[in-house]
Amino acid sequence: MSEPRPLGHLLDESVLGEPVAASHATSEGYLLEAIDLHRRYGHNEVLRGVSFGVHRGDVKAVLGPSGSGKSTMLRCLALLEPVDRGEVRLEGKRIGVRESGGRLVPLSEATLARERSNIGMVFQRFNLFPHLTAVGNVMIGLTEVRGKSPTEARDIAKNMLDRVGLAERAKYFPGELSGGQQQRVAIARALVMNPKAMLFDEPTSALDPELVGGILSIMEELANEGMTMVVVTHEVGFARRVADRVIMMDGGLIIEDAPPTEFFESPQQERTRKFLEAVQ
Amino acid sequence: MDFRPAVFFEALTSPAFITGVELTISLTVVSMVAGLGLGLLLALMRGSPVAAVRTVAWGYIWIFRAIPTLVQLLFVWDALPQLIPAFRGEWFSPFFAGAIALSINEAAYAAEIFRGGLLSIDDGQRLAARALGMSPVKVFSKVIAPQLIRVTIPPLSNDFITMLKITSLASVISLQELLARTQTLVASTFRFVEYYSAAAIYYLVLVSIFMVIQAQIERRFVWSSQAPTGRGTLSRVRQLAVLR
Repeated sequence: MSEPRPLGHLLDESVLGEPVAASHATSEGYLLEAIDLHRRYGHNEVLRGVSFGVHRGDVKAVLGPSGSGKSTMLRCLALLEPVDRGEVRLEGKRIGVRESGGRLVPLSEATLARERSNIGMVFQRFNLFPHLTAVGNVMIGLTEVRGKSPTEARDIAKNMLDRVGLAERAKYFPGELSGGQQQRVAIARALVMNPKAMLFDEPTSALDPELVGGILSIMEELANEGMTMVVVTHEVGFARRVADRVIMMDGGLIIEDAPPTEFFESPQQERTRKFLEAVQ
Repeated sequence: MDFRPAVFFEALTSPAFITGVELTISLTVVSMVAGLGLGLLLALMRGSPVAAVRTVAWGYIWIFRAIPTLVQLLFVWDALPQLIPAFRGEWFSPFFAGAIALSINEAAYAAEIFRGGLLSIDDGQRLAARALGMSPVKVFSKVIAPQLIRVTIPPLSNDFITMLKITSLASVISLQELLARTQTLVASTFRFVEYYSAAAIYYLVLVSIFMVIQAQIERRFVWSSQAPTGRGTLSRVRQLAVLR
């Protein structure tokens, strides 16, 4: 276990150079909400009406077998994928669409891009940019999306890398880093954008077992500092310890949504019980 | 054996040869740059969600890879002015015709190289860049292009070398490049061995110089903290390739 760190270690105004968006987001109702999300590829209905909400500062863990729609759901929340029906709301405002002549139409890719930058995303396979150093990966969003100067962006990026414990790896390229280090760079890359919420898509599934703990403790730290998070994971221990609520997905639907104690001690659905037996 | 070193060395240094070489180099560079630009556009068109756009690109590649380069050259130089009166002007020089034919031809090959390069880039790269909030133009210029350049340098270098040599085909449309100059000199002296050897030496030297340049560029695209990190050439090459 890592030693306890002060609150505001990762979400620190003095690193970001601006107020921490995650803790200033309005908290009336849900911060992030999915309402009746539908998504199909051809004849394959991947999401068949997914609804849930996350309060500010809460952590939602999402469990479920592969092919249950978890990743698609996350991509829809991140506006990386359009929904066929339903809506995504951030701070109560519907995102990803605009009104035109009384009808709602999807935003253009360029406008969508701006909305996406409010939600951080961490991927299973890290997806770092191989042509950029660690610090280059972390600062690219600041220079190219936030319009910050390279000098300012580099300072922020270096400080954030320091906070995730990679100060001395700043000049290394992704190919020279371990999986755990790459994932920490990826988390730093998302955090410097000062997102209102963070989405994690199986962030430890591609890691060697001994590197999993380091990533989970960073995520736990982030949760403790008040980041709103949706985490697709197979780490039952993490879900039990950190999540405020746990969701079970199966066949494109949420079949169980409960606080962790209830979810793990007395699941209502037979399917959930079977799944938990299989993964534990 | 009939080889006169004096004639050979005279050929090597003759002003006629040097101007021929200059023309060869400029035709290569012009055709290559235009061909790569059009080729990249075609490769992107082949990935378009619109079926008509994909079909146009596919048709282009199909036609211009199938027709021999020599036929394309002759067509542009001889047939095009017959077909379209606008091409009958003074401005329509052999150089211009050669550049059009060779870049049209190169674009078809480069399109396939770029398409292969685009396919080799993991989808996660695009996804991560979009998730950060980058606009489509930024996603391409800052994330995709640098990776595309790296994987396409070796095959595109091959094309460059091929281009350098097939500019000699333009001698049939009376462009006074290296081979045409050589043939003129041969015709008046009948010293085949010396003049053709001199021409061969020039091609050899040009390709060798290019190989050194290619190695330099490739070194810049080794993404390692241990590699020598140079500025000058690297940033210039990147800026060239980034296509804002």
